[in-house]
Amino acid sequence: MSAVKRQAFAPNWIARGLWLALFVYVVYALGILDVSWDRFVRGLDNGARFLGRMFPPDFGAKKLDLLWEGMVESFQIAVLSTAAGVILSLPLGLLAARNLMPAWVAWSARGIIALCRSFHPVITAILFVKAVGFGALAGVLALILASMGFISKLFAEAIEEMSLKQVEAVRATGAGFFNVLIMGVLPQVNARAIGFCAYQLDSNLRNSTMVGIVGGGGIGAALFTAYQRFDYDFVLTILLAIIAVIMVSEVVSGQLRKAFQ
Amino acid sequence: MSAALVIRNLRKEYRAGVPVLKDVSLEIGGEGLTAIIGPSGTGKSTLIRCINRLVDPSSGQILFGGEDIAQLEGRALREARRRIGMVFQEYNLVERLTVMENLLCGRLGYVSVWRVWLRKFPDADIERAFELLDTVGLGEFATRRADALSGGQRQRVGIARAVMQGPELVLADEPTSSLDPKTSVEIMELLAGLAKARSIPVVVNIHNVELAKRFAQRIIGMAQGVVVFDGPPSALREDHLIQIYGGQGWLE
Amino acid sequence: MTPSDRLPGGVAGSTVRRWVRFTPGQRIGRTLAYLISMIAIVWSVRTIEVIPEFLYDAPEQAVDLFRRMWPIDWSFWHKMVAEALVETFHTATLGTLIALVLAIPVALLAARNVTPSVGLNLLAKFILVASRSVNSLIWALLFVAVFGPGALAGTLAIAFRSIGFVGKLLAEALEETPVGPIEALTAAGAPRGSILLEGYWPQIEPSFWSVALFRWDINVRESAVLGLVGAGGIGVALDTGLNNLYWDQVGLCLLVIFVVVIATEIATSTIRSRII
Repeated sequence: MSAVKRQAFAPNWIARGLWLALFVYVVYALGILDVSWDRFVRGLDNGARFLGRMFPPDFGAKKLDLLWEGMVESFQIAVLSTAAGVILSLPLGLLAARNLMPAWVAWSARGIIALCRSFHPVITAILFVKAVGFGALAGVLALILASMGFISKLFAEAIEEMSLKQVEAVRATGAGFFNVLIMGVLPQVNARAIGFCAYQLDSNLRNSTMVGIVGGGGIGAALFTAYQRFDYDFVLTILLAIIAVIMVSEVVSGQLRKAFQ
Repeated sequence: MSAALVIRNLRKEYRAGVPVLKDVSLEIGGEGLTAIIGPSGTGKSTLIRCINRLVDPSSGQILFGGEDIAQLEGRALREARRRIGMVFQEYNLVERLTVMENLLCGRLGYVSVWRVWLRKFPDADIERAFELLDTVGLGEFATRRADALSGGQRQRVGIARAVMQGPELVLADEPTSSLDPKTSVEIMELLAGLAKARSIPVVVNIHNVELAKRFAQRIIGMAQGVVVFDGPPSALREDHLIQIYGGQGWLE
Repeated sequence: MTPSDRLPGGVAGSTVRRWVRFTPGQRIGRTLAYLISMIAIVWSVRTIEVIPEFLYDAPEQAVDLFRRMWPIDWSFWHKMVAEALVETFHTATLGTLIALVLAIPVALLAARNVTPSVGLNLLAKFILVASRSVNSLIWALLFVAVFGPGALAGTLAIAFRSIGFVGKLLAEALEETPVGPIEALTAAGAPRGSILLEGYWPQIEPSFWSVALFRWDINVRESAVLGLVGAGGIGVALDTGLNNLYWDQVGLCLLVIFVVVIATEIATSTIRSRII
């Protein structure tokens, strides 16, 4: 009796090919970036020294004042940009919903949203600094655009996924456009909308710590100054403060999302 | 009795050259339950939806209260729709709203945007809503969310929502197709009683011929986009049904 | 249920039933939430520093800015931008790959069903939060201080920032895996490693690649700006243009960044619809 060896698992050549390609790419890219073992080891040595200069963090009174001012300003930037961003995004997202709006309106709105999303807030912050000067306003404006890009897109998607039958029934009662919106559309998308607005507040809080590096106000400016002056122990203090604030805000936004579920 | 609804030469093509409704003319009188029967795809649903313009007819007239609904737009259309209540096969309640809010949707044609946003509906409307809930047997359900209800309960809310409008005509697009036999009978009883109590015409699309014969005062049979039978249930005979539905197997 | 013959309308002497939309508890909660939000917003508006003169000539400044960017300096492409673009791509891709590798163990530690030890869970979660809280730009600053300016700093910055993002979503996916297949494998006596490989991995694999693609898309955007602090890529070209006030060069960089972002988005949505 000839034994024919049957394979239990057919080899997936495509997947294997992809893994191989990935491996080759990594090796290639590491070469391009000039990552030699020597450099890496030197880097580790540098890193150790760097960490040494960061510890212990600087908790001196004057520095804490600076830290507090900067964090407060970052917080304000986050709050304002989220508030204004939400107010602007909801109509924009509505206009971008292809199931509610005529095609030309929806595609124009989507174009605007794409534009808002294309540029990193740092870049828009630089441009706004040129337009309105250094300070928190530039940061707020930059983050408003970033918020619009995010919230509008998700809001439009939520509307496109809702049940049109429920909306049709409300329309059949003779309700006008806005009444249909309030009682037919919004109840269906509200829970999700609050979820991503809370997420954006979080995200803006994170970004508000960094727009200061290019002049947009907030703790980023203090961080950058300390960095340039090799004040690494103050840098660590600032980093710890940022991490603490973000942790708290994540907990809060999680609770908010659960409350509105 | 003067006709509440006059349909003249109604025609609808979803695709050019393939008419779903071919030249339908009807007069629906001032009261009683009219049942439209016929196989799927024969235009029953299209006919009903043309009446309140959820579907735009390709040609023809739909006269309601002296106006041709087929020609209305904007505000005039909304005002006409206020006077026509509709009950849907899949209830089409706004699931995340409460029963009370769904009922109040029936008044959206009459309440300003600001009041709707703040949910400050007139007291008379709220009182009326409670009474309607009692009428359909859901008196204790006002604050329940719509998606927490069973199918039969949801359809009752759907009917109550339609009645909240204070309509002069009620349309029902296969209101019992998603329900079990017992609940279907209850819903049809509600609709028939509604027609009688408010002295308004109720037009119902229905698959189930037995239910149609039991509750309707008038039966309209459709086949391939035209009316082939129009008369009281007593006049509906087997050969009519064969003409409407084709084939005999299902009759046995 | 027989309908009543009563026509709706008020009956004299009957008690009026009231309908309230929210329970008292909900009302208090909502009022509190609105109050806090309003206070935060009003306070922020009043204390934020806005120099009015700057605000008034803002439109003029904006127009001036765009006028200086045109015509775009195309020669800058060959001088700096083309090379920098390649560097940006590698930074984003390599950084994402490194993050994926590093995030897996952290995610495994953070998932309560994989690692029962609460201490390890919290440690892993802290690592993930810390990674997420620090912006990639700030990570870049740190790595430039350690490894010197260049794409290495940028790649590590991208990697370290992404660990938090990828790790969090992976941990959530792990915690949501249905326990059935895992129980089956455990009952069969499979060792830990096998359970991970054959029980968890097949179930989270689609989420894994989806998250990877999502993060790569974001990382391309982020890599483009890291050069502003010296971490390589097209940001360096941008920074050069900004420092010299050569707005036409800046214009080219912005245009290139825009095109790259659009291209990446098209690429990811195509891959998503084809494969995922």
